[in-house]
Amino acid sequence: MQQTVEFHARADKALHNPQIRSNFRYAMDGLMYKRKISFPDLDELNLLRLRSAEIRANSLSNLPELLEQLEARCNENGIQVHWAETAEEANGIVLGIMNRHNAKLLIKGKSMVSEEMELNHYLEQQGIECLESDLGEYILQLAGEPPSHIVAPAIHKSRQQIAQLFKEKFPDIPYTDDVDTLTRNARDILRRKFYEAPVGLSGVNFAVAETGTICLIENEGNGRMCTTAPAVHIAVTGIEKVVEKLSDIPPLLSILPRSATGQHITTYFNMITSPRKPDEKDGPEEVHLVLLDNGRSRIYQDEELIATLRCIRCGACMNHCPIYTRIGGHAYGTTIPGPIGSILEPQKAGLDQHGDLPTASTLCGACAEVCPVRIPIPNLLNRLRFERVRQDQTGVTRGQGSQRNPWEARIWKGWSWMHANPAIYRLGISLATSLRGLLPKRLGAWTSVRSAPRLAAKSLHTLAREKGFDHE
Amino acid sequence: MSLRTTYPKLPGRVYFFGTCLVDMLYPEAGLAGMQLIRREGVEVIFPRNQTCCGQPAWNSGYRDEARKVASAQMACFPQDYPIVVPSGSCAGMLRHHYPELFSGTPQHNAALAFSERVFELTEFLSQVLKIELSDLGKPVKVALHVSCSARREMGVAGEHQALLQQLKNVELVEPGRKEECCGFGGTFAVKHAQISAAMVEEKATELVATGADALVSGDCGCLMNITGHLDYRKENLPGDHIASFLWERTNATDS
Repeated sequence: MQQTVEFHARADKALHNPQIRSNFRYAMDGLMYKRKISFPDLDELNLLRLRSAEIRANSLSNLPELLEQLEARCNENGIQVHWAETAEEANGIVLGIMNRHNAKLLIKGKSMVSEEMELNHYLEQQGIECLESDLGEYILQLAGEPPSHIVAPAIHKSRQQIAQLFKEKFPDIPYTDDVDTLTRNARDILRRKFYEAPVGLSGVNFAVAETGTICLIENEGNGRMCTTAPAVHIAVTGIEKVVEKLSDIPPLLSILPRSATGQHITTYFNMITSPRKPDEKDGPEEVHLVLLDNGRSRIYQDEELIATLRCIRCGACMNHCPIYTRIGGHAYGTTIPGPIGSILEPQKAGLDQHGDLPTASTLCGACAEVCPVRIPIPNLLNRLRFERVRQDQTGVTRGQGSQRNPWEARIWKGWSWMHANPAIYRLGISLATSLRGLLPKRLGAWTSVRSAPRLAAKSLHTLAREKGFDHE
Repeated sequence: MSLRTTYPKLPGRVYFFGTCLVDMLYPEAGLAGMQLIRREGVEVIFPRNQTCCGQPAWNSGYRDEARKVASAQMACFPQDYPIVVPSGSCAGMLRHHYPELFSGTPQHNAALAFSERVFELTEFLSQVLKIELSDLGKPVKVALHVSCSARREMGVAGEHQALLQQLKNVELVEPGRKEECCGFGGTFAVKHAQISAAMVEEKATELVATGADALVSGDCGCLMNITGHLDYRKENLPGDHIASFLWERTNATDS
């Protein structure tokens, strides 16, 4: 139950931080609005969601075959494919490539999988400098913080907080809180590094099995720089990002940026199918693709929970989540926060690690309503609530049963017995209503911000009988 | 899970599933729901042995315990009559989650057939009974809070609104962020009390800002949460279940 304490502590801290509250509320309101106006035709949106969900579900249903095909096509194209079962293995693969090139600087585009691997920390321990080149990630690297959102990693910071951070880190640059000037300053610093870095790293949005193509969506051009300027490009991805055909890409590309930021298309869309060819003047000499499992193949084995892996990482679920909006991303204590994080991370790490997250939802359904690939997040949260307390050991989810509390289990047994026995239930209700004056005015946490509910003088069972609705 | 697109013809008889929260805290809402249906010439049966739909255990992961309770409920509604429920949340449980709950058990087909007969109250009043309401009340400003289950799981936000709009002396005012959850979420409100508190505080502030005279909702979970907080804050905004509200404004006699 250690995790529960930690989650509560982090969530409470965030709730009592007015800056966190207002930064997220403001940012999420903006992102929700932008998404909404980018889908003016709801019928089109629904068709596109159906199509996108179908593409992702089909890809997952053929995952082993598609991964083999992807590897074969990549090899034909000259992209070197590496398989990693764990984050440690993936880190080791990246280190090996760095060492072969005697490289001491890695310039990085935005990659949540590299966050999952804690790659920066690992390489820095080996004496290798990692530099984030996505503006949000760069800000966080300066601040020494993890991302709080998967698309907008520094969304928890206000413009003024970022200006202050730049002032501390770069005392020689004149202070400004003008966004354009701050961006230009960061760009000037980073631009020089692109010339120096021997190796660049990126994430992957989609990997196309049919053609062996790595697709990368981005807005800042740093992704293109990371994947073209250095002599070596390493792409890291989870094994679930594969799609079957090139023709699967347009629907996904049409729905992802609109779901994420309300953009019809991102500024850059990169399709990488090979390293530099002999007659070409630019591009990396080597391209590596690291395919990371890290618990995903376990999720793949459950016919309901496999839907978790459809995710295309747009962040719409967190933008629309009333919990995430109030506590922000750091409170979750996971690489991926919000509703998708609450189903994905406990499955990856085990319910013994993040068993509290599936309960941190009202199941309001706002996430599922906007999910571009129709992941039934509330249903999967409910399923994980079952997994966290189930007693048999027949499921595939790691840490099943680990949150079962004997005291709570007994309460539910008693509750079930009472509600499955109508005579007992009626007796209980009639006792409660007749003794309602004796009920306490304070009911734990409920009454810390609410008056206690008042039991009625007569139950509906009684009123129904009096008014002639009652029936055996 | 799919939303209903076609509705049956007017039945002669219906079952009423009152829900446990209505039973204990808002019985007048259940009674009003039954009276609204009876006034349209349809016989209403309230099976005495009903208790709770089982949702609290289902949403807490205690599926065996939920199944026992659900099984007992299904036995209370043996005839092929529609089952009307004055709650989006409990209707959602009966309609969408019973088939899941009984999946892989001998009762699965029975659960599927049962779930097909379930209607949320406002959906039943508008779509099946095609009820016409004449407002007898004084002019009043009303803020509607549609529960997340009514809105998303049952898809009946439009029915809530349409019924209130039939009342000529009722001015509907729209709260900001009306689609956002009030923070109840059953055991969530206890397990994650601080987050729930932050949610209900903001919800209440939006509702008060409308200047409404009354808050109306189709779900007692939300009502208990929001009015509990409004009362704690000593705000002058009473809450009412939509069934009670509709009945009180349209009832000429004491039937």
